[in-house]
Amino acid sequence: MTFINYASREINCKIVYYGPGLCGKTTNLQYIFDSTAPQARGKLISLATETDRTLFFDFMPLELGTVRGFKTRFHLYTVPGQVFYDASRKLILKGVDGVVFVADSQEERMDANIESLYNLEENLQSQGYDLMKLPYVLQLNKRDLNNIVPAEDLAAELQRKGEPVVEAVAATGVGVFDTLKAVAKQVLTELRKG
Amino acid sequence: MADTPILLREQQYHQIKAVLARLRMDSSAKVVFLVDKDGQEIASQGEVGNLDTTSLASLAAGNVAATGGMAQLIGEKEFPTLSHEGEKESIHISVVGRLLLVVVFDERSSLGLVKLRSKQVSHQLATMFEEIAAGDFDEESPFAGITDEDIDSLFS
Repeated sequence: MTFINYASREINCKIVYYGPGLCGKTTNLQYIFDSTAPQARGKLISLATETDRTLFFDFMPLELGTVRGFKTRFHLYTVPGQVFYDASRKLILKGVDGVVFVADSQEERMDANIESLYNLEENLQSQGYDLMKLPYVLQLNKRDLNNIVPAEDLAAELQRKGEPVVEAVAATGVGVFDTLKAVAKQVLTELRKG
Repeated sequence: MADTPILLREQQYHQIKAVLARLRMDSSAKVVFLVDKDGQEIASQGEVGNLDTTSLASLAAGNVAATGGMAQLIGEKEFPTLSHEGEKESIHISVVGRLLLVVVFDERSSLGLVKLRSKQVSHQLATMFEEIAAGDFDEESPFAGITDEDIDSLFS
């Protein structure tokens, strides 16, 4: 949910990275964190297990710059991808302004992608949102691996509404900022509609 | 339904800051801040200094969301207050409608005093926010005239 503060001339938006376990949601945030100037971002908070699996969420505030005299801040969140953390995923979607679905391109993760996408639609609905009306980007991650589904096939299976599709290798940063830009643009365009 | 955006006018912002300042004084707290349930910081007062209020706001919201989820599992609507007491520093969070009132305090205060004072201003903040939520914001949104170039310039 967008928060516009006319006193401090700031606008805050919330973007959630969604997807199956180990698809690279946290890696996306980690790359953004590592390659952004410290004055433009806050801390990267990770609520993770001892084995570095996301337990509740990762969070990072990012300031993109000024539009019409208003500072634009994006609060980036990830959800825990593992199936049994569904209650947490629902909570994190509250107040979301834009969603990035991070798909794992490996053949053996196709079912997990589909299951997670259904789960996203269901959980959005339970929070009063409709995926078809929400700023949304599909990222095809891990494009550097050998056992991957061709991008066209993956997009044909997972694309929901003609959303932008970005091929990525989050670990090395390929496509990470393109994804962020694609979703942020849609969020700001929504603001224009009021 | 999804919540509507919060549009906060300058005057309303300063009124909220004044309420938080008084609460901070009356409860001898270090920092008092108001956060929405989605983790956005709305206003803060006190010895903010090096405190990362943005992260704290997000974690406070996560904390309330998680305990709220637990409450529902055991048949409660929500837990209206949460307290975390440390060796020196403590935090008290009260749920006020769609807002969270977060008070950070140390040994100069006590949990009882913070609870009492938080409760006293909760009603006032809830009323203020009802007005903010219902207010007709007749100024044109600063984003109505935003162009594709404006948006692109953020990423150049």
